[in-house]
Amino acid sequence: MPHEDYLNARYGIRSWLLTTDHKRIALLWLGSVTVFFFIGGLFATMIRIHLLTPTGYLVTPETYNKLFTMHGVAMIFFFLIPSIPAVLGNFLIPLMIGAKDLAFPRINLLSWYIYMLGGCFVLYSFATGGLDTGWTFYTPLSSIYSNSAVTPAVIGIFINGFSSILTGLNFIVTIHTMRAPGMTWFRLPLFVWAHYATSLVMILGTPVIAITLLLAGLERMFHLGFFNPALGGDPILFQHLFWFYSHPAVYIMILPAMGVISEIIPTFARKPIFGYSFIAGSSIAIAVIGFLVWAHHMFVTGESVYAALTFSFLSYLVAIPSAVKVFNWTSTLYKGSISWDTPMIYAFGFIGLFLIGGLTGLFLACLGLDIHIHDTYFVVAHFHYIMVGGAVMGYVGGLHFWWPKITGRLYPEALARTAAITLFVGFNLTFFPQFILGYLGMPRRYHTYPPEFQVLNVLSTAGASILALGYLLPMLYLTWSMRYGKVAGQNPWPATGLEWKTDSPPPTENFDVTPEVTWEPYDFQNRPDLGLAAGAPSLAPAHGDD
Amino acid sequence: MQSQLPFSPEQASNFAPHVDDLMLFITLICLFFAVAVTFAIIIFFFKYHRKSPNEVGVPIHGDSRLEAAWMIVPLILAMAMFGWGAVVYVDYRHAPPDALDIYVIGKQWMWKAQQPNGLREINELHVPAGRDVRLILASEDVIHDFFVPAFRVKMDVVPGHYNTMWFRPTKPGRYHFFCSQYCGTNHAIMGGWVTVMEPADYAAWLSGSSGAEANPVVAGEKLFAEKACVTCHVANGTGRAPSLNGVYGAKVLLADGSTVVADEAYIRESILQPNAKIVAGYQPLMPTFQGQLTEEQILSLTAYIKSLQSQPVPATGSGIAPTTEKR
Repeated sequence: MPHEDYLNARYGIRSWLLTTDHKRIALLWLGSVTVFFFIGGLFATMIRIHLLTPTGYLVTPETYNKLFTMHGVAMIFFFLIPSIPAVLGNFLIPLMIGAKDLAFPRINLLSWYIYMLGGCFVLYSFATGGLDTGWTFYTPLSSIYSNSAVTPAVIGIFINGFSSILTGLNFIVTIHTMRAPGMTWFRLPLFVWAHYATSLVMILGTPVIAITLLLAGLERMFHLGFFNPALGGDPILFQHLFWFYSHPAVYIMILPAMGVISEIIPTFARKPIFGYSFIAGSSIAIAVIGFLVWAHHMFVTGESVYAALTFSFLSYLVAIPSAVKVFNWTSTLYKGSISWDTPMIYAFGFIGLFLIGGLTGLFLACLGLDIHIHDTYFVVAHFHYIMVGGAVMGYVGGLHFWWPKITGRLYPEALARTAAITLFVGFNLTFFPQFILGYLGMPRRYHTYPPEFQVLNVLSTAGASILALGYLLPMLYLTWSMRYGKVAGQNPWPATGLEWKTDSPPPTENFDVTPEVTWEPYDFQNRPDLGLAAGAPSLAPAHGDD
Repeated sequence: MQSQLPFSPEQASNFAPHVDDLMLFITLICLFFAVAVTFAIIIFFFKYHRKSPNEVGVPIHGDSRLEAAWMIVPLILAMAMFGWGAVVYVDYRHAPPDALDIYVIGKQWMWKAQQPNGLREINELHVPAGRDVRLILASEDVIHDFFVPAFRVKMDVVPGHYNTMWFRPTKPGRYHFFCSQYCGTNHAIMGGWVTVMEPADYAAWLSGSSGAEANPVVAGEKLFAEKACVTCHVANGTGRAPSLNGVYGAKVLLADGSTVVADEAYIRESILQPNAKIVAGYQPLMPTFQGQLTEEQILSLTAYIKSLQSQPVPATGSGIAPTTEKR
């Protein structure tokens, strides 16, 4: 039965490039962040191949330094930061709160164009000499000594920052003003809470990185002495400013992923999430405390002992709300009705990897231990567990969960489960050896290394090839499913959110009638519309009312 | 000597066993939580696996006592990690007063070290076992980091700053040192070897290869005359600038009434930014030497000024603050 949805409402390139429909804009984002993901992934592949032998296998030192720098810049600023908010957040927030669109649809489109403009500057930098400063742009290396194309890159990241700020603003206003009748704050899906917290970080943090990189650019172009000691500046000042944004930026990446997991787990355990208000509150706590821990990146810069003590203490505090989330997700499984559907496998994978990533943060926050493991592969492993094991698993898991809503089609389940397990195995094989390398003393950003580190490096590269397969598979079958997948229907899982009470794919206006919310979040008991054993004593034989 | 942790470098300094103990402590706590959560997930996963397609779970909304427990217990454990880590760190950041001072300069892409008698080394560092060693770190260009895995310590080498690090080597041998702060093209080959020697061997090595003209005190004295420092900083305190006799390590009274301890960083700042801290009773007359001295020359001047500690301090004109005992 052909009916009109947001995909077939209008046709032609203009209908996409000039759209103000949040769902179409989300798909524009999906396309562009995927391109940056594969650019960054290509660099990562070359890095891992190069490190197969101690003397380096593939490229010159200059090229190697450019590879890891461009990998970081592409992945962090142009994939991880926009991925979940701009794709899934854009698509789902209005649907989840029962709104027709975001509060500022045209600004939403502008966000994407700003991102594309910033992306063009960065790609121009990559293509005309590359970038070899490290994604951290530490001065005076970036502002004076580097001979690579630093200026277009910092301009690109500066521009891209406005995209983040506008998206954050749009989300906050939307969540405050456009909730459907009955959608109170404590009935909001936890995905929305997570995005609210993320938006706060985007709005408050992004201006600082923009200004910081601008100052580094001005020092480079006009020799103004902000950070260069020869001109009276201080290189440590750059690090304070840089990490004031870039540490909270980690929470921009991980909070939305935590939001995704908080949707998947109750859906596939078919019960209310354990400790709703604690999970919602912990998102806000992470966003707030996350702003107060930046100088834990600087324990060995010679910063004052008192500063180091303060920032170590605060870093341990920010661990608590993350722990609260993990304990609540785990408890949600207790006495659930758990299925093994693909999104749930991603959620389990997320918990396992985030657990390792989060716990190893405790090692790095420890002052006495950080003097050994700082700037080694231990750090590299730690943040990949958070950003790839956490954020990317959340993103890919979320794509699977909402794919039927976005496209109206189901993906091939068996293949999808295989890919999820491949990703999990490949990821661990790639990054776990790097913890050991780090403790053994291998510094990061080395194009060549002492021969005793080779075995672990080869293991890591072997893992990376499995990981690459794990990313290619979903890419292929998800694309395939858009045309050939089984038709999904409104609510295939079924799940409780408002987004599942409209058609798949949704109509341009999202809902034919503005919905009214009368139920609590993740409530499977009092929802006869879901067609489950509603109201029945749980775990009793299902009598089914469908 | 405790037994070696698996997957860890050799233990060759006083800090190594402490850092490894911390590692073991935090690993055991984290392993407990990781295993507990993983086990819970696996057990729930099989025990509560969906048995019929339209079954639902038991609606349990939460438990405040449980929430409190899993906030408070991890918080206590986290504070233990913080506290223990802080003890080790505070020790690391405060070098013992009688440590052997060795100057280390990082530049793209090599390390230069200078022993107390002036002996210079490149990408090598010789230290005596059993003796506290303090490295005074300076950079000619970008930020570097001096990292010795076997000692479990590192410190950034920041242009425009003096950072210091210390350790007591415990075991003779040869150990890698690395640059662990990314510093440009050849960052990965900016490393070398620390050689820990028995004290007698170290003394023989030092005396066997030293040259007087390389002595930083001698070089500093020459510079002190060449750069005309001596015309104002007159030793008997009658010059236009304070006498520097005995100034190193003393408290200096400043024009704004505050006092500052004259350490390496203060001497360096006074050479490069003379107006940053004016000694009480003197005019801000001194020109800056920013950009006119290499890091090595600054180190030589510092070494010379430090050597003036044994000289008699003039009654007036030294800028040294009267101690409370004297009052």
